[in-house]
Amino acid sequence: MNKNNRKWIENAAGRKVPSEVNGHPVIPYQGIGKYLPKGRKYGPPIPSCKDFPADGNKQVVSLKEALIKSGLHDGMTISTHHHFRNGDFLANMIFDIAHELGIKNLRWFPSASFPCHEHLIPYLEDGTIHHIEGSMNGPLGRFTSEGKMKGIGVLRSHGGRYQAVQDGEVHIDIAVIGAGKADPFGNANGLEGPSATGLLGFALADSQYADKVIVVTDHMVPFPCVPWQIQGNYVDYTVEIEKLGDPEKIISGTTRITRSPDRLYLAELTAQFCDATGIIHDGFSFQTGAGGTSLAVSDYFARIMRKKGIKARFARGGSNKYLVSMLEEGMIEYILDGQTFDLEGIRSMAENPHHTWTSPFTSYNYHSKGNFAGMVDVVILGATEVDLDFNANVVTHSDGYLLHGIGGWQNCLFSKTVILPVPLFRDRIPIIVDQVTTLCGPGELIDVVVTERGIAVNPRRKDLLGKARQAGLPLKTMAELKDMADSICGIPDKPEFEDQPVAVIKWVDGTVIDTVRKIKTG
Amino acid sequence: MEKATRKKVTEAGNRGEKVRSDCHVQIETGTGKGLVIDLRSKVNSMFGRHIRALVSKQMNFYNLTDARVQITDSGALDFVIMARLEAAVQKISSTSQKFLPEMLTQNLYSTGPERFRLSRLYLPGNSPALMLNAGIHKPNGIILDLEDSVAPEKKTEARLLVRNALRALDFYGAERMVRINPLPLGAEDLKEVIPNNVHVILIPKAEDPDQITEVDTLVDKIPVKHNTGQSVYFMPILETAKGIENAYSIAMSSGRIVAMAIGLEDLTADLGVTRTSEGNETLWARSRMVNACVAAGIQPIDSVFSDVSDMEGLLKTVQRSKAMGFEGMGCIHPRQIRAIHEGFAPSPAEIDKAKRIIKAYDEAREKGLGVVSLGTKMIDPPVVQRALHILELAKAMELEFLPVTHEKADNNE
Repeated sequence: MNKNNRKWIENAAGRKVPSEVNGHPVIPYQGIGKYLPKGRKYGPPIPSCKDFPADGNKQVVSLKEALIKSGLHDGMTISTHHHFRNGDFLANMIFDIAHELGIKNLRWFPSASFPCHEHLIPYLEDGTIHHIEGSMNGPLGRFTSEGKMKGIGVLRSHGGRYQAVQDGEVHIDIAVIGAGKADPFGNANGLEGPSATGLLGFALADSQYADKVIVVTDHMVPFPCVPWQIQGNYVDYTVEIEKLGDPEKIISGTTRITRSPDRLYLAELTAQFCDATGIIHDGFSFQTGAGGTSLAVSDYFARIMRKKGIKARFARGGSNKYLVSMLEEGMIEYILDGQTFDLEGIRSMAENPHHTWTSPFTSYNYHSKGNFAGMVDVVILGATEVDLDFNANVVTHSDGYLLHGIGGWQNCLFSKTVILPVPLFRDRIPIIVDQVTTLCGPGELIDVVVTERGIAVNPRRKDLLGKARQAGLPLKTMAELKDMADSICGIPDKPEFEDQPVAVIKWVDGTVIDTVRKIKTG
Repeated sequence: MEKATRKKVTEAGNRGEKVRSDCHVQIETGTGKGLVIDLRSKVNSMFGRHIRALVSKQMNFYNLTDARVQITDSGALDFVIMARLEAAVQKISSTSQKFLPEMLTQNLYSTGPERFRLSRLYLPGNSPALMLNAGIHKPNGIILDLEDSVAPEKKTEARLLVRNALRALDFYGAERMVRINPLPLGAEDLKEVIPNNVHVILIPKAEDPDQITEVDTLVDKIPVKHNTGQSVYFMPILETAKGIENAYSIAMSSGRIVAMAIGLEDLTADLGVTRTSEGNETLWARSRMVNACVAAGIQPIDSVFSDVSDMEGLLKTVQRSKAMGFEGMGCIHPRQIRAIHEGFAPSPAEIDKAKRIIKAYDEAREKGLGVVSLGTKMIDPPVVQRALHILELAKAMELEFLPVTHEKADNNE
């Protein structure tokens, strides 16, 4: 890889992207729906039953043995999943083993990383791991931003990850799937066991397309493990270990609505907006995340729905006890769940057929014959920055540091109305800026920005604008909001970057929408 | 050797993991190395340059050019940094020169004695993070508190912070109130806040008319620099048995008094009783307060409700409070504001009745009748006054004016 041969290309969003990343050519972002994929989906090698135990018992004694039997060697791509969130032990164990075996230049392909994966920094330093393709949260983001990772990071949305695997853009050598419950054949689910996570949707693509698939559990049951969220027919080896993670950090015993008066105000204003503009109507659908503000939004939705006797046809989760109580009260007919955030969510998923697990395939994959994201009437999302053209950033902060992953955020932008409730500033860090540091979502897909000092509606949404004005909601333009932020915080200096790219941001179709560069330090 | 004796170290402000939008300043003078600014800030890449320039300007303003200034910043705005630096400087040099943030032009509004004071939000005077967005919750009044919420050793820095907040923060039309400390400390508070368009001074632990007169005399002597035409109003807080006994004479002790509040936490302690949600133990005290206020022509204001999570309890208390004649309550959390406004708001039936009274009154006057009656009831002037008050309150709260029942409603739909 000759860095001097790297060219910069300006993509359709006016952002500069490198011509190649980790030796692979880059397709620059071409606009929404403009890039047309060609060819056929990727196909994994054809296996035969003769190579697998006739009695269906694929269990081996240790994770190390499973990895060795899967042929672990230099330069491979290893995938893991973030169902265990910040309580995950598994990803760290895999690379401990790789390090012990002296393996180098691995590509780690997680569905997301968490601060607990700070453990892997020495392996990034010594070359056990070459680079990460997935989210780079917290300490890993800082490490990457400072240009310390050997390769260039690649950030994808949950849907984009499925797309990349399906299209053969990322070839997974070994997928390691941690499951709350499994049988020796490899059937697995997240519904029970000490490390229950509710569902295993993020591992679906990996099970279907990886060369080798290992299922690891700390709750092995005799065949059959039902329901099989992961089908054993895709699985090469199964392993039982003592502990997959720290249950307290995997799932919160109970999620809680924010108590911050400012956030509650944002949530209330958001709900008022949805009420006044007719978004909340009988048979509607919505998606809110599990952050404090988002939870509060669903709670305010519930109050409005209860008062007006309105029912939602479905809610997209992140499920949590608030959503579950709405389901059980009959205010929501279905929860289509992407990940479970608390114990109530897991209980409900296990016992209520109207609480359905989904995967990035059903919900988010853009290279597909449709997905659920576009059917949702309103989605409430966060952002680290939004600019005057409604473009938004979710991965870097205004100081230029990479700190978060994309999650399902980009995929959700395809819902009918996208609302970002964000404060104008957070401890002097401005959220409303003239141009986002990193472009993750094009402004044409973002409809409303709700701040504590006013609501900005994308001029493209004249329908919403008219109704909100009629309802007397505090409407402002983005320029007015930015002026307010500037007059309170002052005008910040821009972060300074080196020329060197440290990560690229993929759009949902596999094209590159923006680049994160090395931060200038000192 | 001589240098060592001149070396002085002072500090002000807050730091720590949970501190936000604040900063801690430590100054060491006489280091012999000129002005050194050591900044650790979570917004360094965005505002580091700006903060260093600000601190340097302020230190030069005080002529402190041989000092090491260490700042630990958790995203403090300029007015906070300036107050913290000033507080640290005050401890080493007695300069009377003030390095002030600019007074926002939109802060130069005034209020009148009759203004509704249903809700007033207490903000601890030394916690900038809670002040920044206080105005967006639309309380009728914002109280920057220098008394009970500020630790004794933090009184000076809180005073400077509150003064700067009055200049640099927009409270979006809320009445600008400060609760001062009891005299003599309160005199220092007044010197800083009075020149900065403060609307209402809350005087705690009022038990004697002389106390108020004393504050009145002090306020008279402090020049006001802006010209909003604002008089400084007083709201004494009665929180002792003696204060309750003297309620009327306190209420009449100064022309500046527009309202009087009762503080039940301290009062129940003084009485040696437990405060209950029913409030029977202070029934007389509260009735006495309301009566004294009405007699003196000022607004009676109820105590705060201290359980932030108990919204039902708050609503009940507000209803009782309104029924007793109180015209407002304190809030210790923004989420209480809505409940208080809703609780004190005139009900549709009240608005309806008030409209009918005013209509009858107007008709009687048109016909030149001396006696006003509504149905079979005679209406006396105080009733008309009350009705007007209800309609004004409804208007101020932008409550929907329901059509008077005996009029045909305009319905265009």
